[in-house]
Amino acid sequence: MTSLLAVGGSPSAYWYLTRSTGAVALILLTASLALGVADVRRFATPHWPRFVIDGLHRTVSLLAVVFVALHVFASVLDGFAAISITAAVIPFISSYRPIWLGLGALSFDLLLALVITSMLRGRISQRVWRVTHWAAYACWPIALVHSFGTGSDARSAWLLLLSVACIAVVALAVISRALPEFSEHPRLNTAALGGVAAFALFLIVWLPSGPLAKDWASRAGTPASLLGHSHASSAASSSASSGAENRTAGTSEEER
Amino acid sequence: MSAPPAPRRSLGSGQHVRVNPIACDAHGMCAELLPEQIVLDEWGYPVLGGEELPAHLIELAKQAVQACPTRALLLERRRRS
Amino acid sequence: MSAHAFAPPASLPRLLAGVPPTGAMSLPDHLATHGELPRLGRGSRRKTHPLIAEIEQAGLRGRGGGSFSSAAKMRAVTAARGERGLAAWAARPIVVVNAAEGEPGSLKDRTLLEAIPHLVLDGAAAAAEAVGAEEIVVCVCEIAQHAHESVERAIAERARAGGERSRWHLARVPVGYVTGQESALVSFLNGGEAKPTFTPPMPFERGVRQRPTLVNNPETLAHVALIARHGAGWFRMLGTPEQPGSALITLGGHVASPGVYEVEHGSSFVSLIEAAGGVTDEVRALLVGGYAGSWVDASHAGSLTLCDAELAAYGAKLGTGVIIVLGASSCGLAETARVTRWLAQESAHQCGPCKFGLDGLARTLEGAIAGVADLPDPDHRRRLAHLMSLVRGRGACSHPDGTVRFVGSAVEVFAPELADHIVHGRCAGCEEAGALPLPADRPPRMTLDARTYGGVRRRMRVEPASRATPMHMHGTAAGRARPDGAK
Repeated sequence: MTSLLAVGGSPSAYWYLTRSTGAVALILLTASLALGVADVRRFATPHWPRFVIDGLHRTVSLLAVVFVALHVFASVLDGFAAISITAAVIPFISSYRPIWLGLGALSFDLLLALVITSMLRGRISQRVWRVTHWAAYACWPIALVHSFGTGSDARSAWLLLLSVACIAVVALAVISRALPEFSEHPRLNTAALGGVAAFALFLIVWLPSGPLAKDWASRAGTPASLLGHSHASSAASSSASSGAENRTAGTSEEER
Repeated sequence: MSAPPAPRRSLGSGQHVRVNPIACDAHGMCAELLPEQIVLDEWGYPVLGGEELPAHLIELAKQAVQACPTRALLLERRRRS
Repeated sequence: MSAHAFAPPASLPRLLAGVPPTGAMSLPDHLATHGELPRLGRGSRRKTHPLIAEIEQAGLRGRGGGSFSSAAKMRAVTAARGERGLAAWAARPIVVVNAAEGEPGSLKDRTLLEAIPHLVLDGAAAAAEAVGAEEIVVCVCEIAQHAHESVERAIAERARAGGERSRWHLARVPVGYVTGQESALVSFLNGGEAKPTFTPPMPFERGVRQRPTLVNNPETLAHVALIARHGAGWFRMLGTPEQPGSALITLGGHVASPGVYEVEHGSSFVSLIEAAGGVTDEVRALLVGGYAGSWVDASHAGSLTLCDAELAAYGAKLGTGVIIVLGASSCGLAETARVTRWLAQESAHQCGPCKFGLDGLARTLEGAIAGVADLPDPDHRRRLAHLMSLVRGRGACSHPDGTVRFVGSAVEVFAPELADHIVHGRCAGCEEAGALPLPADRPPRMTLDARTYGGVRRRMRVEPASRATPMHMHGTAAGRARPDGAK
């Protein structure tokens, strides 16, 4: 693995793979959540019947799992930060940015629980399935915070734009889930809407002083040995092609 | 409100669809996929004719069973208890 | 079979023979009246147990409402049990005595347990032997305090007397109309809610603790106890060839002496009324079979006989043995609407068609009484017929079917009232609706934390004991009055 890194000076393929699969996973998770809300709201048109919405929701969710798995493998194979496969699944045990990476692992675990319980639906009790499926609403913001916290791409325009778009879609989805049934379950739905507002507020407050700030890498828990590249990383993150002069052995890539 | 009768000349398959009314949550996908045998009542719950499935509908019936989110639709052999 | 000091009576009373005016019949009195319960040995999977053969010949059918052949049920349980070794141990059958008695108009099960518990327990023990079960669970409604205590005392009496092979358990089951449904009872005993479950598997295949379970009504077991002693031939001396033996009827409504009566199958309804001291009002209609039964117009009462074959002509059957006489001063429609609303509330709310359909039926009836047009269909009769066709057979249990039968017969029998109400609205009888008993003293449907009878006790809410309604018991054939001291 390290030989790949030493060759040339450009970021390894795994670094690109990690970033791209991470971004696609985020898009798929967003789509899955939106489709899930459409499903439970019994959304249907003549061209989009119920079984299509439901089938799409299931397929997109499985695809999301695939891409998250690819994202995890890529980050492990990309030896820059020496992330072990266990750290990718068990939260908060990695040496590299433990909290933020751990959030990603947590999100992945939740996603696995969602998919496994859905596959076993019919064999497990309805209540167990439903409670686990509500964890989906936690899975998404955790994944988003992970993407901001772990990746150096946080400051890149395309990713910010993508994130904003995804946040908007999810916010709309949660609101359209909560509002119609507000009178039936007022406390639950108030909590849901409150959660959306709180999360938005949290991002507005945290992002500028956190991941979007210049010294985020060291504050996030990047091991000192890798910190020397942090300067180069801020330049590298702005565009993929400008990497050459910023590269040293071991590269400066930080994964998403 | 009753399902249209199955064509008599088709070969019977010995199977029929049945719904578990407790698990059923009125998602309605079964009626979309197997309209020949399943229609929805005014509350969205499936009304099954209970007739034997003609052979050409078995695949659709299997898809309908798969599509049900709560696994309420069942495909069974003719022997009803 | 041991010799008896007396010849078993060919006529009534049978079950209610020797019933004490208050309290329960003690074990010595019970043995003096009926004799010892013969021991016929443990049943095996291969050979039909002699008791099952006897019950089959006797033609005994279940008294819990389903009228299922008792012998067939016992055979099914025997067939489902394991053959040898580990399989036999894991699939040992269990006997459940279903005295939940959720039907509001029925008192017979509580009466049996309060007054003659040993006859029921004998039957359970005999049935357990026949199917190879070692454990018996007696399920009593949680507010039937006296029945519960009576069974407790009876079990203790038997333990002191010794010689009992079976292990007895006593379980309190929640109040509820559907609690007495077999799969609901089994579900509760397994630690779940007292709500029906999807079948298959049926309780006789996999029930309590996944073992083959024989669920029987207390009256059925009382008959079993007597058949075990006196045989099928004796049982068939009363009743009709298709429906032999005697039965307990809970007679209520506008009669002088409502209560539990033992009658011979095939005897006339008129003789039952006479035994009950006659009616207290001009009769408009009869409700036969409780709230899952059918209304029968009073004009047929004269020729009505208490056997299913004859009742079928009027779309009725005895079922749980509840018969309620409705006087002309009551409004049959209002009573039906009131009970239908209650039946809708008593639904387990698990199946959409039952949940929405029964509510729709109740609403339509209420609208018809008030003379208000019921949307979506202003034609009440058509809406009722439509709803009934949508509800029938689409639930997991027979609760919606029973309600459909009840409402359907009401629409037929009370057709003139229906037409009148649609035009004129409420009548005088509507204001005083209350002739059909509803458990007003019971709390509305509640869920109780399950208590697995195996002894794992979980948090339970114990309801204050409510006094069982004093009843009049006449252990005679309908038509021959005997001075009763049970007032």
